[in-house]
Amino acid sequence: MSPVFYILAAITLAGGLAAVVLKRLVHCALAVTAAFAGLALLYLQLDAQFVAFAQILVYIGAVAILIVFAILLTRGSDLPKEGVFSRTWFVGLVIAAAVFAVLAWTVVQSLRGVPQQTAVPAVAVRDIGNMLVGRYVLPLEIVALLLTAATIGAVIAAMHQKEGRQ
Amino acid sequence: MNGFASPLAGYLLVAALLFAIGLAGALTRRNAILVLIGIELMLNAANLNLIAFWRFGPHPEALTGMMFAIFSIAVAAAEAAVGLGLVISIYRHTHTAELDKINRLKG
Repeated sequence: MSPVFYILAAITLAGGLAAVVLKRLVHCALAVTAAFAGLALLYLQLDAQFVAFAQILVYIGAVAILIVFAILLTRGSDLPKEGVFSRTWFVGLVIAAAVFAVLAWTVVQSLRGVPQQTAVPAVAVRDIGNMLVGRYVLPLEIVALLLTAATIGAVIAAMHQKEGRQ
Repeated sequence: MNGFASPLAGYLLVAALLFAIGLAGALTRRNAILVLIGIELMLNAANLNLIAFWRFGPHPEALTGMMFAIFSIAVAAAEAAVGLGLVISIYRHTHTAELDKINRLKG
């Protein structure tokens, strides 16, 4: 394990943790953006350049901006009087800890005898493009349809409807 | 090679921890936007798993894990757009984004 991996993992996990525990929503949006950036760098470390840049474009470029817009439109910058955590926060914490324990135990137990590729896979963006319009063309079209439907659906859901008018 | 010190195990453990953090956020926070942020963190943890298995798996030239991750990112973007649109719509109805105050199905 290289020190770069540890630094990137620390950035990602610290960003995720800060996004969950910070009080002000704008700070949470900033922290989750840091986590997204850390993940993109981890993808680069895994030799998946295309996915890393897709991650930067989609998550930092679009999803983070959407979250900031939603915070501003719902006046999320005001701190609630009752606190930011729900009354049943302890149950949620226990469930999350149990899920992590099961996942970590499974990973540690099952990776003993797995053979692992160490050579860097030689994959060009051209191969990804050929795959997308060749073998995966039907999923690609379905995703295009899904994105269109989601965009229209989001606009209709968030559209301001006046009284007595459709 | 000891399984614990291998690179694949490191990435999988980071992804598991990120998933648990996202789950904790989705289960413990009161604000609907924070719940969506937790769900995004969980989706990202799953993507990290897919890419790690692609990188260290036996046939990286088949690109299966990478394709799965690309489609997963696209679906997650659609989910975020619809989810945040719904939060804004609910806020307009109830004037709050706190989930424990939204306790009626009737608008």
